[in-house]
Amino acid sequence: MAMMRVRGLSKSFTLHEQGGVVLPVLNNINLDVMAGECVVLLGPSGSGKSTLLRSMYANYKPQTGRIEVIHEGAWVDILSAAPRIVLNVRKRTLGYVSQFLRVIPRVPSLEVVAEPLRNIGIDAASARARAAAMLERLRIPERLWSLAPATFSGGEQQRVNIARGFISQSPIMLLDEPTSSLDSENRAAVISLIDEAKARGTAIVGIFHDEDVRRRVGTRQFDVALARPT
Amino acid sequence: MIELEEPLLQVEGLSKLYGRNVACNNVTFDLWAGEVLCIVGESGSGKTTLLNCINATHPPSSGRVLYQTRHGDAADVTAMSDAQKRLLMRTDWGIVHQNPRDGLRMAVSAGANVGERLMAVGARHYGHIRADATGWLGRVEIDIGRIDDLPGTFSGGMQQRLQIARNLVTKPRLVFMDEPTGGLDVSVQARLLDLLRMLVQDLHLAAIIVTHDLAVARVLAHRLFVMRRGEIVESGLTDQVLDDPQHPYTQLLVASILQT
Repeated sequence: MAMMRVRGLSKSFTLHEQGGVVLPVLNNINLDVMAGECVVLLGPSGSGKSTLLRSMYANYKPQTGRIEVIHEGAWVDILSAAPRIVLNVRKRTLGYVSQFLRVIPRVPSLEVVAEPLRNIGIDAASARARAAAMLERLRIPERLWSLAPATFSGGEQQRVNIARGFISQSPIMLLDEPTSSLDSENRAAVISLIDEAKARGTAIVGIFHDEDVRRRVGTRQFDVALARPT
Repeated sequence: MIELEEPLLQVEGLSKLYGRNVACNNVTFDLWAGEVLCIVGESGSGKTTLLNCINATHPPSSGRVLYQTRHGDAADVTAMSDAQKRLLMRTDWGIVHQNPRDGLRMAVSAGANVGERLMAVGARHYGHIRADATGWLGRVEIDIGRIDDLPGTFSGGMQQRLQIARNLVTKPRLVFMDEPTGGLDVSVQARLLDLLRMLVQDLHLAAIIVTHDLAVARVLAHRLFVMRRGEIVESGLTDQVLDDPQHPYTQLLVASILQT
């Protein structure tokens, strides 16, 4: 079953600060993502993998095309939907794990991870319990849970970010190099999270720079470079 | 998608002219319950004028503002009598000024500043008012031991938190804020931002916040308007406007201010 449909997607950047130069990046992309699969985006650096992934989250604004997701039983085009609809889609349907954690000052890691659950109405105690289990699984020592992640190492921040991204078990997940600064043990923990999500029927699109991770989690590859403007 | 709900606020063709000077031009948008909208732009862009026209502090030159009251009807705020506007501002709306001295009564205690607003909506039981005021001071992280002190003895950050408590105690559904973190030290700003972020979320508040600080907008806002010379030149999801700005002016703002 398709969970996400990309249709006729084109995206260019106009840099008004640099004399209005136009950089075409994506041209007429079409892609379906099915429940339970992990589509790996391929292409050399600068080919538009991140642009496509960010567009799929409505973080970037493509000029033409549609990105439709199954949200609460109906197709919603997140590129034309009102902001509050997109935010609701992100809250309940569409998860995104960015490469870097955008740190919120003063908020403890446990709360950072529990927040997506709180946002969908889960009570504080159960949200914290699930956040604790997730942090444990990602091998974040308990003494760090009450601290804001701002002071953590890059790898620890990335794992907090992954915990936050996976905790609400979104039906569709977008992963932007989630294992880039992890050692092999932590990488294995993330791979098992991805495998479980696939087994649950989550539709996943990801960018993984690590060949080994790509082979382990990917069910299909999509070459963004082949879809580039000519 | 079928919309069953009505927007909380509908702004229709709002303009304000000062002589031949257009302070804000033909602004139209809907705001929904629980939505936080930030209006960003440089000084003189018209963002404060727009805020004051929406919240009925200044009469607009043209256009109207419809507000969904608790009774379920959409009332035209621009056509309300002064008494009706005052009632709205004491109950369903909150207005947080940049300078806390403009929103607080400096001659009465912190507790009275919060309790007074409750009394204005009919609370009479001293014990209940005191308990509510105490609870709110705690929520905005003001030491309960300071409840009988005058706001003038508080730091700027504390005064701002007190002003917020004074506004939220009547459980408004819509809050207007003009540069709520302006004039505060960076560390105090961060604390206030976190507090605002949590309160807005927990109370399901709708808010319109004017700021020149894109970092404030990034933390607080669901939606963003970029204003320049009285016009909204770009609008959309906050992260989309900041991460993929389309308008030349937004690109300039993002390139010159945002360092992250």
